[in-house]
Amino acid sequence: MIQMGEFKVHRVRFFDYMPSAIRSMAFNSHTERLAVARADGAVEIFNFADNYFQEKVIAGRDGRSIEALCWVGRRLFSAGLEGEITEYDLENLRPRYSIEAYGGPIWTISSNSQGTLLAAGCEDGTVKMFEVLEDRIQFQTNLSRQKGRIISLSWHPSGAQIAAGMMDMIKIFDSETGQATHRLLVDRGVGTSKSREVVVWSVAFLNDHTIISGDSAGKVQIWDGLTGTLIRTHLVTKWDVLVLAVSQDESSVIAGTSEGTVVQFQFLPSTVGQQDKLWVQTRTFKNHSHDVRALVHTDTAVVSGGMDTQLVVRPLLDKVEKNTQESALHKIAFPHRNLVSCAKKAGLLLFQFPDHLELWRLGESDRNGTPGESLPVKRKPEKLIQLKIKGEDHICCSALSPCGSWLAYATVAAVRLYRLQLSSSNVSIQKVSKLPRELKSVHQLCFSSDSCRLFASSSFSSVVVVALDQTDCKYLHTLKHKSGSKQPIHILSPSEDGQWLATANTDCEIHVFNLRKMKLHCSVPAYSSCPTAVSIHPTSGNLVSVHADQQIFEFSLKQKEYSVWSRQLQRQGLHPLWLQRDTPVTQITFNPNNPAHIMLHDVFMFCIIDQSLPLPEAKSKLYNQRILQSLPEPQRLRESHAFKACKNFQHLLSVNLLEDLSLVVVERPLVDIVCQLPAPVRQKLFAT
Amino acid sequence: MVEQAEIRVVHQGGSNITFREPAISSDSRFLLCASGHNVKVFSTVTEECVQELRGHADLVTGVLLRPSNHLQAYSCSADGTVRLWDFTDGILIKTYVIGYPICSIYASASHDGVIFIATPTKGYKTLDSLQLLAVHLPQTAGQLVETSDLSAVLSDVSANPATVAFGRAGEYVASTNGVQLQIFFFKKQKSFRFSLKENSCSGRSNTFTCVACHPTDDCIATGHEDGKIRLWRNFDQKREYTYRTLHWHHSTVRALCFTPEGSNLLSGGVESVLVQWRYQQESQQDFLPRLGAAITHIAVSPDGALFCTSHSDNKIVLIQSCVKVSSIIQGLVKGEAVQTDLMVDPRSKALVLNGKPGHLQFYSLQRDRLLFNLDVVQQEFIHQEGLDQFQVVMATLDGAGAWLATVEERKQETAEAELNLKLWAFDEPSQSFVLNTTVSTPHEVRITAVTFDPAARGQTSLLVSCGRDGLFKAWRLAVPAHPDDGGPSWTCDFVSAYHGLTPQRCCFSADGSLLAVGFQEVVTVWSPASWELLLTLSQPPGIIRDLCFGRLSCSKFLLGTTSSNQLCCWNLLTCSLEWSTSMEVSLLLADPLSDNMAAFCHQDGNTDLFVFKPSEPRPLFSQKAVCSGRVSRAVFAPREVALESCEESSQWLNRSQLYFLTPLMDLLTFSTRAEEERLMTASKQLVVDDSVAMTPFQLLLGKRRPHHQAAVEDPAVRPPADRPVPPGGSAAVRELLQSPAHVLPAAAALCSVFMEALLGVATETRSEPELITMENETSAGETPSDDQEMETRATRPERGLLETDSADPVLSRAQVRELRRVRKLDHSWFSSLLDS
Repeated sequence: MIQMGEFKVHRVRFFDYMPSAIRSMAFNSHTERLAVARADGAVEIFNFADNYFQEKVIAGRDGRSIEALCWVGRRLFSAGLEGEITEYDLENLRPRYSIEAYGGPIWTISSNSQGTLLAAGCEDGTVKMFEVLEDRIQFQTNLSRQKGRIISLSWHPSGAQIAAGMMDMIKIFDSETGQATHRLLVDRGVGTSKSREVVVWSVAFLNDHTIISGDSAGKVQIWDGLTGTLIRTHLVTKWDVLVLAVSQDESSVIAGTSEGTVVQFQFLPSTVGQQDKLWVQTRTFKNHSHDVRALVHTDTAVVSGGMDTQLVVRPLLDKVEKNTQESALHKIAFPHRNLVSCAKKAGLLLFQFPDHLELWRLGESDRNGTPGESLPVKRKPEKLIQLKIKGEDHICCSALSPCGSWLAYATVAAVRLYRLQLSSSNVSIQKVSKLPRELKSVHQLCFSSDSCRLFASSSFSSVVVVALDQTDCKYLHTLKHKSGSKQPIHILSPSEDGQWLATANTDCEIHVFNLRKMKLHCSVPAYSSCPTAVSIHPTSGNLVSVHADQQIFEFSLKQKEYSVWSRQLQRQGLHPLWLQRDTPVTQITFNPNNPAHIMLHDVFMFCIIDQSLPLPEAKSKLYNQRILQSLPEPQRLRESHAFKACKNFQHLLSVNLLEDLSLVVVERPLVDIVCQLPAPVRQKLFAT
Repeated sequence: MVEQAEIRVVHQGGSNITFREPAISSDSRFLLCASGHNVKVFSTVTEECVQELRGHADLVTGVLLRPSNHLQAYSCSADGTVRLWDFTDGILIKTYVIGYPICSIYASASHDGVIFIATPTKGYKTLDSLQLLAVHLPQTAGQLVETSDLSAVLSDVSANPATVAFGRAGEYVASTNGVQLQIFFFKKQKSFRFSLKENSCSGRSNTFTCVACHPTDDCIATGHEDGKIRLWRNFDQKREYTYRTLHWHHSTVRALCFTPEGSNLLSGGVESVLVQWRYQQESQQDFLPRLGAAITHIAVSPDGALFCTSHSDNKIVLIQSCVKVSSIIQGLVKGEAVQTDLMVDPRSKALVLNGKPGHLQFYSLQRDRLLFNLDVVQQEFIHQEGLDQFQVVMATLDGAGAWLATVEERKQETAEAELNLKLWAFDEPSQSFVLNTTVSTPHEVRITAVTFDPAARGQTSLLVSCGRDGLFKAWRLAVPAHPDDGGPSWTCDFVSAYHGLTPQRCCFSADGSLLAVGFQEVVTVWSPASWELLLTLSQPPGIIRDLCFGRLSCSKFLLGTTSSNQLCCWNLLTCSLEWSTSMEVSLLLADPLSDNMAAFCHQDGNTDLFVFKPSEPRPLFSQKAVCSGRVSRAVFAPREVALESCEESSQWLNRSQLYFLTPLMDLLTFSTRAEEERLMTASKQLVVDDSVAMTPFQLLLGKRRPHHQAAVEDPAVRPPADRPVPPGGSAAVRELLQSPAHVLPAAAALCSVFMEALLGVATETRSEPELITMENETSAGETPSDDQEMETRATRPERGLLETDSADPVLSRAQVRELRRVRKLDHSWFSSLLDS
């Protein structure tokens, strides 16, 4: 525990959150959505049009390993080593159906540019064609079967041909007849790896019939697909080239390697102003410590992900304006949602892991200290419960009631509610057996502040309200709105006094329901950016929302209009440094002692907005707390502004204010994550 | 050209040959490099300097082959001229006067008649701000050409000449300065600028250090301070430019060069490894390691077979096809500082000083070649920052050059300095110095001075060393007590101190009878024969810096300089101060061959030189501002041939030449105008109108031709009549020797003609009529080619006689035969008859 100014801070570092490695990515350039598949089978959707906000997370499942993702229009397909092709229901955040391909493990899927066919490369050497129908996919044909597995596939943009990367070779098929037209033999590595088969991890078939391949011998090779001849070999790494990605205009190709580097090749004229172009290796990006398993080449950026679990968006500086939001490097290491629930009254923390939950009791200290001093702990924090889920599906959301007596979690299949009884010595947990039928397909769970209601977001942006009492639970009502949005609700925020419930969905809508009347109170005027955190002020009844583009709004529920402070903020504009932050605010809390204070946090800072102070000017210093401390009193008053940011805590996952006015800060230092990763491939370092 | 003073400070010998990138002639036979005020042409095969192109009055700052004529080369200099040379013959063809100091020169094959020079921007005196100018060379006749057609191409050019390069077919020029790359397209008259961040992510500097352009592709390679090489492409786009980064060098990339076909990129830096990158396959590299010193320039011959790397130790290495070092041209090695005094080896007349780390170099000033390196420390030198190594800090030679003493020292911050005194004997069979004695820790603390007795010869040599421990020691060669112990070695003969003061300087008189040792403020004079203290001299306070006995007529004087800026002269006969003057002398030096002394005085940041005789009040010679900074090393080198200068101010240079090292490690000397004129005329004599290089062989064989040709071209200036006509000049002999064997008659038939021809020459003056007949007759039955021969002959002195005779009717063949028969008759009887 640390004393920080007026607050005692519980600095929690025992949340062993470990993200899972990125396996595959697919980018839909029409909707600007990036789908990311992780090693635990989870699929995440990032909105690149909205500050890379993680809109949706589809929880994984034990045994599901996704090898490939593919967008067909707005539909998302995945395939994995369990041999099934799965389509996802992005509105209900669950797999819609899975179809067995009957070809053994599937290494890759790829759709043609027309979006009519889906090709899957299987372990048994077949390329299976599936027809994409309105509501499902239908097996159509097999291309001529080959010896050895099909590792990678790439359609020619015309859809007439398809290139398949295999062991030691690349084959080109005619997609009409299913016959192989060319066989390109790939050289094996030199030395000891001569005896090992070379794996063509990735191929790219370009419009001018150039085929580019990346293989396990570390080569990127450029082939002429018409004649089947090798044009050029670029030795890129000593290890594997795992993935290739081509830009839309086919002027640039990027290759991800086991060394964690991304190498760019560009199609450049050898002399200025001439037409004859050739592929030239140009830039190398090193943003990963481990294998780069997934790559996407957007128009302006290189998006890479791999074993080190981070998603990196590296803008191509020749394609973006310099010194803008777009030209900054983005590393997304933490989820944009809360994995921590806090029981404010009981001092309990619930940590959500993919396959289990952990309930901790915070430590206590009876001393007060000077600011910055760490206080001796009278009682150490202790882990009360580790709750392992039953079944294969992973947890998609969880909640702990403020009084600490209820615990709920949901998977894709089911919702479970537990009653906790905690005394100083023993802990008992009891499953509530009979849950109302309406509680299914839940994306978000939340308890009311008096802990006697459970809110669960369900399909069609509806909210199911369930009343809890000592023994059982009872379905009360389903809150609906009439905007017609089918997008899932990702934020549920009840007010302290139990009168309001605010919901936010990924269509950027915020609805406020009156819980007394059980009907829609109002809808906040739609803003173009998705809300990342929403909360209702306990006393004034104002709704504060923070959006993915870092804008802050305050909406008066009584007047049903933006408050004066919010208008002033919009007029004056936010500080540029505030807008340049690259992680979203994930939580808003209020200080009951000081109603003018709004407390919010993102991964790298914790900020108290004092509405009674003037807003910062664009040219004043935003992060000025250190300087203020050193100034004399009158000058400090003159210099201080509404945004009081604290950067003492890094990699924040959650900040909560307990009832006894002590802060709980949950940190997960990135170094702890990095040191839990497996060892990277050996690289010769200079002077070692 | 600048008005020449009577005595000039010149770079002569030992100049830096790696100052600028060398140029290789298109046939790969010659290597041109800027060397001081001259351009030197080396043979790439023999490493010999075959030509020296003299003419510039200041430092030559660039050499370049003329793109339109591969036998000509441009050179530019800080004196503001560009000169065009025929470098095979050493002829100055043209001098273009630019008027501004020139820092570097560039040309491109597609810009005919235009050269590009970097000069300081107007208004700036220093090299901080340069501009690249295009100079249109006027096509006027005449040697000295004023150029006025200058146009600025780029401003803000770096002073480093490696930062400008011309691209494919001269379409663009790339220049870097700081962290900015600038590319100017000549056709579109458009320039592009690309900037890097000051520092890379790892905190190392991104500053550009060199640039090279691919000969056929639009690809620019740039080297950086952090050891990276970037290959830029698409640089005709404002934003869509792109580059690839190559990283092998751990420290600054000093030189980059594409091979002429563009198939390889060569790079070099402080690692002294030549790296060859395959163009388009840059992950494959070839290395040529252990080149000895940091690479500063790389040049490639036009056929791409020969690479040439310049190194920081003043060395040019020629490499054949990146695998084999074929030859090494070594100049005077200059390190950061010369710790030893400059010395002249009495045997080889070579300059001896520090060379490579831990070595002494013997450098012949006459031949301007490094003779050899003596490994003194005999330990492997490891190139690493912050590593303390043994260094040769002192060396001295005895009068005959038979012994060499060296002091090596290793300074360590924590521990005490390690000292070794080594004595080397000259070994006649191997013609080099062989280690005789090693004395470890000869003094407790650092040694301040070491000197040999100059007069003593061979076995009786005496060495005196002074140390900070307050002692001076005399070392003598001693025969060991037991014959088994090997040959004679050096042992300590005498140790003395004086009132606990630290000896700073010691000096022997020319005859070796006196030894002067300066103990801080006190000068003591000892007799080396008996080791008794003869006298002490002291003067107004100030620590003795330098001590020097006068020579020859002034040997009664002892001169010394003090830290209180006094130059004192004591008379040893009267033991009193003869005179003293107040000047800050940084170096006092006695000429061993005359009674002159030289004093380098440091004043106002410059060094002035005074040459004087201790006995005379007026200096013989003085020159202000010889160079900037303090001169602390100089030497009088005896001349091989004494000059006969009669001008008073330059007489002191007659017998020996004064060399000195500037703080910037330039070896400078003084040269008289007479000497320079002699050199200039010598070089002009080489103006021969053929394209063969002047080789000793050619000189031997072709000696006669110039005279002969002169005679042909201009009969008016015929050689004087008293010069004997060479026997080969006879037409008959020449015909005989020059005609092909198969058209000649039988040897028996020719024999008599040949013999008679010889006879005819010998009896030329005696029997004139006979000779005429013979000549007519030889030219009568000959080949048409003889007409030419006849004409030549006609110019000979005999012409007058010939003309008188030619009036006679031409003899018929029968008559000729008759005449010949008559002549074959033996006429000896006739003479015997006369005698009797």
